[in-house]
Amino acid sequence: MKTKSWNKNWTNNAITYGMVIAAYLIVQVMVNTGNISSLMKGLLVPLCMYVILAVSLNLTVGILGELSLGHAGFMCVGAFTSAVFSKCMQSVIPNTFVCFLFALLVGAAAAAVCGILIGIPVLRLRGDYLAIVTLAFGEIIKNIMNAIYLGKDSKGLHFSLKNAAALNLEEDGEMIIKGAQGITGTPKVSTFTIGVVLVLITLFIIINLVNSRTGRAIMSIRDNRIAAESVGINITKYKLLAFTISASLAGVAGVLYAHNVSSLTALPKNFGYNMSIMILVFVVLGGIGNIRGSIISAVILTLLPELLRGLNNYRMLIYAIVLIAMMLFNSSPKMIEFREQLAEKWKKKPAQKKEA
Amino acid sequence: MALLEVSNLSISFGGLKAVNEFEITIEQGELYGLIGPNGAGKTTIFNLLTGVYKPDTGQILLDKKNITGKKTIEINREGMARTFQNIRLFHNMTVLDNVKVGLHNGNPYSTIEGILRLPRYYKVERAMNEKAMELLEVFGLQNEANFLASNLPYGKQRKLEIARALSTNPKLLLLDEPAAGMNPNETAELMETIRFVRKNFNMTILLIEHDMKLVSGICEKLTVLNFGQVLTQGDTATVLHDPQVITAYLGE
Repeated sequence: MKTKSWNKNWTNNAITYGMVIAAYLIVQVMVNTGNISSLMKGLLVPLCMYVILAVSLNLTVGILGELSLGHAGFMCVGAFTSAVFSKCMQSVIPNTFVCFLFALLVGAAAAAVCGILIGIPVLRLRGDYLAIVTLAFGEIIKNIMNAIYLGKDSKGLHFSLKNAAALNLEEDGEMIIKGAQGITGTPKVSTFTIGVVLVLITLFIIINLVNSRTGRAIMSIRDNRIAAESVGINITKYKLLAFTISASLAGVAGVLYAHNVSSLTALPKNFGYNMSIMILVFVVLGGIGNIRGSIISAVILTLLPELLRGLNNYRMLIYAIVLIAMMLFNSSPKMIEFREQLAEKWKKKPAQKKEA
Repeated sequence: MALLEVSNLSISFGGLKAVNEFEITIEQGELYGLIGPNGAGKTTIFNLLTGVYKPDTGQILLDKKNITGKKTIEINREGMARTFQNIRLFHNMTVLDNVKVGLHNGNPYSTIEGILRLPRYYKVERAMNEKAMELLEVFGLQNEANFLASNLPYGKQRKLEIARALSTNPKLLLLDEPAAGMNPNETAELMETIRFVRKNFNMTILLIEHDMKLVSGICEKLTVLNFGQVLTQGDTATVLHDPQVITAYLGE
């Protein structure tokens, strides 16, 4: 019995990893044989980013069971800190790849710190209240990023929330963050390969976390807080831990984003609540708590609007219809019943053939 | 030697004195019953003992250690585990994992070790699996180890809750209406299980129960509660024939 469950778990995880690797290989072949449009090529890195975001948000929503609408905020923190780091260290660390690795760590750490700072007050709330407050924090982060001016000269870093002139830079000084104009000239080092490696690392962290002592503690809080407390689970600690890991992985996605665009600005489109809600849609659609589902739905829903681009005005209409249809297919009790019946029939047929 | 000594325990909710100067002394290895009409404050006492509520006055000594006003998780670590009147399992986790959550504190490895799958992860997980399966076997749940807890029949959910409480390695086990909603057969089986747990784990048990057959069948001592106050305490046979108790239960 024990080994059976272990095997089942193992196969399940192998399928998830295998799916990502297979997708990577197929895309690589397509790129090398020239069977992919430049539009699609441009989508590859964002695709990885969305998958990381969806999988990491699933840790908060599916495993911890708390609704968070501020995920894009943590991504924003990761993106900006890593972009600043890359711009400052560009000249110090000549190897762009090594520089990117450090930027990755800095971005993840900054997002994690932000996760802890926001998590401590916010995780006292539950349900709708938590969702609203995280939404607010996400917006606050985005707006702060919009107001920051940061410059560098021989005296060191200058910081202001007013305007560029308030920085009092020397003549040879360099602006790093220009308020609403954001950061320009970050090295574009994100590639599809790096993205896929980061997706795999994210999966590795989340899947191993869920199947460990810590993961069980987190899930026990989701299932029954009072009972978890009664068997000695430290609720605050594990809630904060899950929230922080989720935030820091969102930061990783932000790093990937920052090193893929020529100018990084905090717009409602990329770091606003629209983004947070879109990530939540990925998670809900893929099945709450279902890691593999998050990956698939993130990929489909990112590709769909682009594939439908030819249809112009009907694009978002079709997108919405597909979204509703998939949601019904995944979660409506009648559809689940229907699917189970189909699966049973399908199982029976091969069995009957064997008998015959 | 007294394992649990409670004196002068009181709590009020608004103007209502839910529990008033409650006292109890439970010796090591005893099977003690707490009975009383609905609303007498039995579950409130469990919540006070396990730190869900903080008492207004009074003192709780567990194994001579003062645990008054401590947090639930600290009290659990000091050696008190409980079950709930309305079953509170981790419904979306497997039966095995439910027990493994109970084993959480006794079998540590760090989160990093868990993520990176370092050797200690495998060692501790294997030990945890063995301990959990042993416990499940005691309660006849070994064949359902990989079922979701919510898919278990009612009686087995009750048993799983007791198994989970025992997995935290307590000195004192509190059972809140373990026979609620059970048919006579299941109740008889439960009595056997409780006796077995007590003998096998050398456990001290305090239970709340309405089923008089169960109470008179397994409890050695009883405390009767009425309107938050102790009505009478003593040997089961004496207490159950006390006219005061009969009046409280049946009316005059």
